[in-house]
Amino acid sequence: MENIDFSLVDWSRAQFALTAMYHWLFVPLTLGLSFIIAFMETLYVRTGNPEWKRITKFWMTIFGINFAIGIATGIILEFEFGTNWSNYSWFVGDIFGAPLAIEGIMAFFLESTFIAVMFFGWNKVSKRFHLLSTWLVAFGSNLSALWILVANGWMQYPAGMKFNPDTARNEMVNFWEVLFSPVAINKFLHTVSSGYVLASVFVMGISAWYLLKNREHLLAKKSILVASVFGLLTTAFVILTGDGSARNMAKYQPMKFASMENLYVGQQNAPLVAIGILKEDEKERSQKKQDFRFTIEIPNMLSYMAFLDPNAYVPGIKDIVNGNPEHNIISYQERSEKGKVAIHALAEYKNARKAGNDSLAKVALAKFEANYAYFGYGYYAGHDMHELVPNVPMTFYSFRIMVGLGIHFGALFLVILILTLKDKIDKKRFILYTAFWSIPLAYIASELGWIVAEAGRQPWVIQDILPTIAAVSQLKSSSVQITFWMFFIFFTGLLIAEIKIMIQQIKKGPDEAEPVNRISSEINQIFKP
Amino acid sequence: MKQALQNVFQFYYQGFRNMTVGKKLWAIIFIKLIILFLVLKLFFFPNHLKSNFNSDEQRSNHVIEQLTK
Repeated sequence: MENIDFSLVDWSRAQFALTAMYHWLFVPLTLGLSFIIAFMETLYVRTGNPEWKRITKFWMTIFGINFAIGIATGIILEFEFGTNWSNYSWFVGDIFGAPLAIEGIMAFFLESTFIAVMFFGWNKVSKRFHLLSTWLVAFGSNLSALWILVANGWMQYPAGMKFNPDTARNEMVNFWEVLFSPVAINKFLHTVSSGYVLASVFVMGISAWYLLKNREHLLAKKSILVASVFGLLTTAFVILTGDGSARNMAKYQPMKFASMENLYVGQQNAPLVAIGILKEDEKERSQKKQDFRFTIEIPNMLSYMAFLDPNAYVPGIKDIVNGNPEHNIISYQERSEKGKVAIHALAEYKNARKAGNDSLAKVALAKFEANYAYFGYGYYAGHDMHELVPNVPMTFYSFRIMVGLGIHFGALFLVILILTLKDKIDKKRFILYTAFWSIPLAYIASELGWIVAEAGRQPWVIQDILPTIAAVSQLKSSSVQITFWMFFIFFTGLLIAEIKIMIQQIKKGPDEAEPVNRISSEINQIFKP
Repeated sequence: MKQALQNVFQFYYQGFRNMTVGKKLWAIIFIKLIILFLVLKLFFFPNHLKSNFNSDEQRSNHVIEQLTK
């Protein structure tokens, strides 16, 4: 790896990040809005109130716009796997292929079959069958996410596989270990529930806009009720699964955890920096050390968050890079030496097999397997080990802004729910404006979550096993740059189209007019059976 | 059977005919798919290993060579 074209690696990473982040602008709304619509339609079927049908149909149109524009944007990521990340694609082949194939067969067909009934089936199928279709669309969209996130979870915590040195591919040996790995399950729950929060903020924000414009009172208030209850419950769930993510990270990706917290030197009773401003350490810049200009800390909280023990030791960046024998932490130097042995052993094995020397192949294979857990570190042998430290300010700030926004959404759901139940929401224009302007904030929080997850685990494509420098295809950097800008234009066009069509539809409002003089009595009866 | 198929066809046909926002969305979907599969995939995103090697053995040898060089 002496001749690495870092420009190629950086542009390939930038291109993948761009497409993934644009793709993620469409996905979370689909995940959450599908359930919100299903709840609304359930209320329609249970109460028989036609207003719920009108509300359901309105949000279904918004869902349709987002679904149609977002659909297939994820395919570009698969193109990139084959073109820009061919070593990686080959290396992970079966592991990644199986969950994605299941996604295609099961979830996609479930989703696309019942979506037609959901949109075209009003008055053509029974109320209950229509409702069932709406629920199946919601579960189908979320099942699609499950398989993608299982694949991503495997990259964060590779489990249930064995590397085959003859084919150069990781082969799945235990499907259930891949599916039920603690990282995969927690990642799925945390990611989809963050989508539910985003969708709740979206519904609440658009409804707030109607109230500010003195329009669609009944639709707005009923939608706010559903969204604020759903949003409040799912925010609690996001906090719970976020806590699980932090513990997984501390256990399986300690460098990401230390970077996210800017913990340079490990300590017992580690405090959590609730708010902090970083300052680059001039003397130890090469070691990527960041100091704090200012902090507000919660004592012992980081130790508790990581290991459910306020006295627990949490390793810092320095301990992970240099090693800490007292806490059984192997240094990156030692890891890179073991990784180098694994890389050489793989080459020896291949040559021995070619020469028909079975005994030498056997010895090389044993050496390879003994050191495979450190394979990726081998590419950094002879390098400064601090190259393996991710971008600390990016992960530190992204995490804090995401959590801060999450708290803001939770508080907003609660305040708006109380005000709506007291029928005072119309008069609180500041709260309504806050709800409306929280829509872009929800998207920012959602994207920041991915930045923490992905930028925080750099340089790994597959944790500890394959770094980005080894995963990339040998292409011309200039050709990657060209496609980067093509995607940028393409996705920006799609995003503009989505926003434009959505604004038109929201301004237009529901197809049927709002019934007059029913608003107050309807609101009062919302929670009555 | 024939009647059931006709019903399914009519269900989709009437559904598409009565769409309001949908026509614009279908236009976007088609344009998007054309750009994705007929432009990007065909001219800019060939599968690197599939287009440069003929067999899986050659592909695995190439990847091992890349990983161990």
